[in-house]
Amino acid sequence: MTREERRAESGRQTREAAAERAAIAVRPEEFQQGGAGSREKVFELKGVGVDYSGATAVKDITMDVRRNDVTALIGPSGCGKSTLLRCLNRMNDLIPGASVHGELLYHGEDLYGSAVDPVQVRKLIGMVFQKPNPFPKSIFDNVAFGPRILGRKENLDEAVEGALRGAALWDEVKDRLEDNAFGLSGGQQQRLCIARCIAVQPDTILMDEPCSALDPISTGKIEDLMIELKEEFSIVIVTHNMQQAARVSDRTAFLMVELDADEDNRWGRLVEYDETEKIFTNPSDRRTEDYVSGKVG
Amino acid sequence: MRSERARLATAGARATVAATLGNQPRRDVVLNAVFAGLLLLAVLVALAGLAALLLQALVRGAPALSTDLFTNVPSTLRPETAGFRPAILGSLELIAGVIVFVVPIGIGAAIYLEEYADSSKWWNRAIEVNIQNLAAVPSIIYGILGLAFVVRGPLDLGFVLVAGSLTLALLVLPIVIIAAREAIRAVPDSIRQGSLALGATRWQTIRRQVLPASIPGIATGVILAVSRALGEAAPLLLVGATVFVTFDPTPFGDGYSAMPVQIFNYAVRPQEEFQTLAFAGVIVMLVVLLAMNSFAIWLRNRYEQRW
Repeated sequence: MTREERRAESGRQTREAAAERAAIAVRPEEFQQGGAGSREKVFELKGVGVDYSGATAVKDITMDVRRNDVTALIGPSGCGKSTLLRCLNRMNDLIPGASVHGELLYHGEDLYGSAVDPVQVRKLIGMVFQKPNPFPKSIFDNVAFGPRILGRKENLDEAVEGALRGAALWDEVKDRLEDNAFGLSGGQQQRLCIARCIAVQPDTILMDEPCSALDPISTGKIEDLMIELKEEFSIVIVTHNMQQAARVSDRTAFLMVELDADEDNRWGRLVEYDETEKIFTNPSDRRTEDYVSGKVG
Repeated sequence: MRSERARLATAGARATVAATLGNQPRRDVVLNAVFAGLLLLAVLVALAGLAALLLQALVRGAPALSTDLFTNVPSTLRPETAGFRPAILGSLELIAGVIVFVVPIGIGAAIYLEEYADSSKWWNRAIEVNIQNLAAVPSIIYGILGLAFVVRGPLDLGFVLVAGSLTLALLVLPIVIIAAREAIRAVPDSIRQGSLALGATRWQTIRRQVLPASIPGIATGVILAVSRALGEAAPLLLVGATVFVTFDPTPFGDGYSAMPVQIFNYAVRPQEEFQTLAFAGVIVMLVVLLAMNSFAIWLRNRYEQRW
């Protein structure tokens, strides 16, 4: 084996080990019994809704997210896509007044269980934001931040290199790891944020419109990256861009804004959730068809 | 027919433009000049005050300027051998004490108010308003506070230098808190979210992301607060900065002085020589304060993070 292959191999092993640890951590009994088929579903949502200080943002979402899929959430503005995404790693906890109800299982374990620490949840379920948000530090320190807060001190160089290679950024930055991350282009910054996220070795990556601030070439790179990354991670992506959902995702959920009778309150509702191909070629619901064909939205 | 109308319209438009451009009302011209002049005058008055102060201090203090100022102790009889040594040392020790007290407490309070306090609760809003008001409380009132609670009262330290440091620290604490809060608030939320999304705890996020990014702003605030403390005389008079000290002050020793107090004491003497000495002291203080404030501005411009 060449050095590269060995590194790739060891990277793969550590990621597999991490995924296994994640699964075992949240559902030990099943792994003790050697339960098969347990990897199929990452998230199971049953009637999940979110309120902000009493105002409903999304209502009654029921869907499963499969392992090693790219799952896209699409829909018009204000339909609660991002709100729903932020439930999945408990980022909504940070918003005063936000409350999540319904059942949200992660590898079979209740994510909102009373014994669950949101900090631990976020170590397993990483997130990439709409606008690239590198830390005002060197490229190296950006990626090393995750491993450092996990208390990892040795092999930081390898961890950083592995994460940057995983995010297809290594060749562009290997000679300037000590430079400030703000000097990178927008697309590079976003890939740095992805590298930072996978350096924690999560199990799932959530992406909230990761390409909306990027030009088409950078967008293409990130889309290619997503398809590569789903080999090792499960990915849930919110996107405004229907072509993007069609290009990268395996399954697509279409959400829509719903109004109450006197049109005072509005909230997001899941209209249809299926294989991406079906959603874009032969949707079951007329509203989905109108949206994906560009008649509304 | 149509071309005739077009020609007339064009001619009309030209005439209007020419009339408008060529006719600036005289009243507008005069008013503009008057207001520009008045505003310039306001600037000049402010500058003239500063220039007069600097000039008078330089001219009248120059004869006494020498290194002896820094080494000689005060005297009531012989102005030619009198200096500021105990006062300079006293001021240095005072502000060292102020920094020790004010930095951890000020930054801690700012972090609490910005990162932890829920501003929808009335008591947190009340604290906020109070801190704003505290920054505007006259310094003599802090002197009375220091006398009642630090020199006597619960702490009962006596008239020692540390009591002066504590009193000055209370005086400038609101300034530090407000500056530190502004610096912390300037760190965008996307940085906190990015850190928390990686599984960092709230404290790790503050310690490793928010504080490092806001340190230039906090340091600037601390320097400005310290330069304010350095120039204060009134509260010190109440907490033991005595008139006449001929020995080097120690933190808990009896009796200490400070530059502004010493300048005041020389200035009220009838002898011309002592007044010259006071002006020399003013020059020393102005140089130190201008240097500190310039450094604060430089620090802010050089290291402040642009988001």
